[in-house]
Amino acid sequence: MTKQEALFNYCLRLADTSLILAQRNAEWCGHGPFLEEDLALTNLSLDLIGQANSIYQYAAQVEGKARNEDDLAYHRSEREFLNTLIAEQSNGDYAKTILRQFFCDTFDFYFYAELVKSKDETLSAIAEKSIKEITYHLRHTSSWVERLGDGTEESHTRMQDALNEIWRFTGEMFEMNEVDTILIKEGIAVDLNSIKSKWESKSKEILDRATIKIPANAFMQRGSREAKHTEHLGFILAEMQSLPRALPDAKW
Amino acid sequence: MDANFEAKLARNENIEPKDWMPDIYRKHLIRQVSQHAHSEIIGMLPEGNWITRAPSLRAKMVLIAKVQDEGGHGLYLYTAAESLNISREELLEQLHTGKAKYSSIFNYPTLTWADIGAIGWLVDGAAIMNQVMLQRTSYGPYARAMVRICKEESFHQRQGYEITCKLAAGTKEQKEMAQDALNRFWWPTLMMFGPPDAASSNSENAIKWKIKRESNDQLRQRFVNQTVPQAELIGLTIPDKNLEWNEAKKGYDFSDPDWKEFNNVIHGNGPCNRERLGARVKAHENGRWVREAAIAYAEKRKQKAAAYQ
Repeated sequence: MTKQEALFNYCLRLADTSLILAQRNAEWCGHGPFLEEDLALTNLSLDLIGQANSIYQYAAQVEGKARNEDDLAYHRSEREFLNTLIAEQSNGDYAKTILRQFFCDTFDFYFYAELVKSKDETLSAIAEKSIKEITYHLRHTSSWVERLGDGTEESHTRMQDALNEIWRFTGEMFEMNEVDTILIKEGIAVDLNSIKSKWESKSKEILDRATIKIPANAFMQRGSREAKHTEHLGFILAEMQSLPRALPDAKW
Repeated sequence: MDANFEAKLARNENIEPKDWMPDIYRKHLIRQVSQHAHSEIIGMLPEGNWITRAPSLRAKMVLIAKVQDEGGHGLYLYTAAESLNISREELLEQLHTGKAKYSSIFNYPTLTWADIGAIGWLVDGAAIMNQVMLQRTSYGPYARAMVRICKEESFHQRQGYEITCKLAAGTKEQKEMAQDALNRFWWPTLMMFGPPDAASSNSENAIKWKIKRESNDQLRQRFVNQTVPQAELIGLTIPDKNLEWNEAKKGYDFSDPDWKEFNNVIHGNGPCNRERLGARVKAHENGRWVREAAIAYAEKRKQKAAAYQ
């Protein structure tokens, strides 16, 4: 694998994760538990698509094959998408949505803070811009994790159920492969080992405050680094890509 | 006191929440402002229906931002309505039980991407006609909410027209999609201005109290005059055989919309009435445990803080 191929792959991993997570959050639009929260979640979705858009633009430039950001988002299949498994999990109830977002925000918070130091100037600039938004996202979701975990008996049960359900998808966020090895050597990528303990201690702090417990001996699912997904992704893409695929000659 | 209210209206001064106002004026405003707020919130649904399928990343971002603006408008308007001594909970209750109305246009489905263009171009275009007038409405908080809302709405109208322009200039399928959306949304949009002046039961008081400053028919005429050239410019046809320029009145003559359909939709028989209200009720019910948890958590914090003192 060349450095260029690794960088292209790395960008897709980041952009796909942001886009798929945004797509999931956007499903809540108009259906949130109350208006202010509906707006907060939609806003989060908008920030994530913005991030995805910038990174796809850069990926297209790195690839150098005259594809643009929309080609990358709308004309790749489920065996080419590199988003994390956690991002594509179904919304479930509000507890599951908030917890999924909290784990991703915590990851992004430490990840983008490191990516700012990347020797790749474009990635560094994108990270710099994203970190402001992510700081706000994390504040929002961590306060909701705590509120719902330590709210009523019902909300507590729902949060614990959500944690039991999605904890198994958190492990692979830190998985590294040849792409990382090549790019870490160049000073471009973030060494995910360096942020794992920060992610764990932040997660543990908030989950403790929310009075919910990490399931013991959970098996960690994996696969997204090889574009092996859960069954959810195919449906997300079928919906998202339907129009550009039906009318491939059209411009939007 | 009554004389003071009349005098303020006569001087074109705003009525503010602390001023005395006749009960019937207050009731009229609660009805109108809450109906407007509910329309913004219900209006998020037909457009939200296309967020996950918007055909480009840019289109997706623009649409999300737009739907978010609508939600924001709902928030200011609920706040304006609350200043008339009614709670948000009561307002939502009125919506969910069907006591309060919302704009009928949102009971029509968004079947294709072109409908997102048509809603921005036509529906927001029609809403602006009303809202520009309402910036000068007599109730202060409503007028001020409207100033803010108008700025964003005219932006939405341009974005909707831009989507329609792109489709009209696109492939055969895209152009057909744009014409089809215009055909379906034209008549319901004309109905948005309300029944003809002769048959409008709420209009007379609204004009007397300077809540409304122009009649339904005047606004409808202005909308047609503005929109016909926009359609012609991009090669789309207004679906009205009787549409014709009338030099004497310096405006277009056009057919009456089907008021039977209008009444049907108002009375719950539009294509999506059940779905729209059903979605709102379901969101409210599904969100109950979240709202209760937030209250319980805040209460626990308060008790803890008190224990430390």
